[in-house]
Amino acid sequence: MDAQQQTGDLMMDYSNVKPSGLQAFNAVVKRELGQYFLTPLAYIFLAIFLLFSGVCTFYLGRLYESGQADLQPFFVYHPWLYLFLVPALSMRLWAEERKSGTIELLMTLPVKLSTLVFGKFIASWLFIGIALVLTTPVWITVSYLGEPDHGVIIASYIGSWLMAGGFLAVGSFTSAISKNQIVAFVVSLSLCFVLVAAGFPLITEWAVQLLPEYLVDTVSGLSFFTHYLAITKGVLDLRDLAYFIVVIVAFLTATGVVIQSNR
Amino acid sequence: MIQVDALTKTFGRFTAVNQLSFKAEKGDVLGFLGPNGAGKSTTMKMITGYLSPTSGSIKLNTLAGQKDPRYAIGYLPEGAPIYADMTVRHFLEFIAGVRGFAGRQKNYAVDRVIALLQLEAAEAQLIETLSKGFTRRVGLAQALIHDPEILILDEPTDGLDPNQKHHVRELIRSFADRKLVIVSTHILEEVTAVCNRAMIIAHGALKFDGTPRELASMSTEAKSIQVAFNNISQVSREDLRKIPTVVDVVALPASHESGCQWQLYSSQPDQFFNHFQQSAKENNWSLASLSHLPGRLDDVFRQLTTSEAERTKDVSSAGVADS
Repeated sequence: MDAQQQTGDLMMDYSNVKPSGLQAFNAVVKRELGQYFLTPLAYIFLAIFLLFSGVCTFYLGRLYESGQADLQPFFVYHPWLYLFLVPALSMRLWAEERKSGTIELLMTLPVKLSTLVFGKFIASWLFIGIALVLTTPVWITVSYLGEPDHGVIIASYIGSWLMAGGFLAVGSFTSAISKNQIVAFVVSLSLCFVLVAAGFPLITEWAVQLLPEYLVDTVSGLSFFTHYLAITKGVLDLRDLAYFIVVIVAFLTATGVVIQSNR
Repeated sequence: MIQVDALTKTFGRFTAVNQLSFKAEKGDVLGFLGPNGAGKSTTMKMITGYLSPTSGSIKLNTLAGQKDPRYAIGYLPEGAPIYADMTVRHFLEFIAGVRGFAGRQKNYAVDRVIALLQLEAAEAQLIETLSKGFTRRVGLAQALIHDPEILILDEPTDGLDPNQKHHVRELIRSFADRKLVIVSTHILEEVTAVCNRAMIIAHGALKFDGTPRELASMSTEAKSIQVAFNNISQVSREDLRKIPTVVDVVALPASHESGCQWQLYSSQPDQFFNHFQQSAKENNWSLASLSHLPGRLDDVFRQLTTSEAERTKDVSSAGVADS
């Protein structure tokens, strides 16, 4: 190779390159989201998500037999679907970076840790958003068959997406804890199960017999299920929205703290 | 440009880097030499900001690094970790994007490093399908994408074949005068091939800091000359011993057809030639060849990086193996 010639080529003025946090953020989101579609993961996830939401809606939820033009049978199973699928999506977020050593590359780029944590989160959240958009044929079917309350359905979609964000933030945190993706998956699944089940009527009814009622209310008030259920009834209460946002911010902050301390 | 003061890093009870201090300027191609686990990588990780020092300080005085030193640094981590599931081009575009490049400038920057590292053929290939040599070059490409003032390369030629090693060394030499380069290696020949300054680190501490030539001259080999005479019977070991300053005479296996070759060790290498010439004249020795070898780096390396006790142990165990 002609080294001299190459040196001349290296003389380029990069002084007008203005590094910005937003641009770095975009690059991270684009890479992460792109990665889903470059591997079979995205397609498997979408296929399973759509298949199961279909099974739950039409078979378990008896959408046709219920004779009601709403999507309650569709949305009511989302917490249980997310419980398994979201940890599968989030387990690689940080564990893979740590295992392959690319985290060192990432952290020595001029980008804030918060940008990385948030960028990765947003990319997977957008991905779940895409999965949700792909379920709209169910909505169209119901609209064709009857006169559903579109406000309730829109609120439910927002609620479902917010809840998915909560699951993802938990998954991001557990993925940062371990280099091992399987460990990340199992811990994330367990943690999410507790967060869902704490508000599940069967559990709370049973808990009331053992524990004082205020305690049960507090615990179920911390559950994904309680807040999600409230939103799917068509009431976009600020407290329910704030709950999910607080959960997301809290777990993403924890993610950052764990990564920082693992250096 | 870089000033490191009393840099120390401990992991639990283990001290990886111990009170390391040095300065480096633009134009320095600094070779970090040391056995595995000596603290080379840890030092590099601290300079690049991946690890924070337990104590001590690192000061960077660069144009781009005023706000964040990471803008001024290009870094190839040990083992060149890169996203295996991306194509070469996508990966480089990602790095350029995070570094603030956009639009045409991004394309230009990516094209430039692809050409510089001769990656054209692999541009659209997934990184996981590339050979080790190509992967390492992709790692170097990402480190060079923003034309950094400081380049930190952790074992850049590890695992490459001789041609690829040559290419990488040529590349490092080609921008040596415009950048500050720190290269870590445990390949000694690399130091003489690319570096103008060598630092030997062992057990986290600095053992030597100077030019590769100075390093080599510390070798006992550097204090000796090899001579061969035309007539073997003409010169005896005793004659050679009589030359002033000679401390040891070793007969080497004959490589010259007419006879024996000797290796003479002197206590004062700089005056040795004169003494030798004098004796040769007086005794009418007919020289077939005379050579002075540059010092052997591996000797010095062993000397500096192992303790006295370890060396004696090595020798005695070698003795046992021989018998």
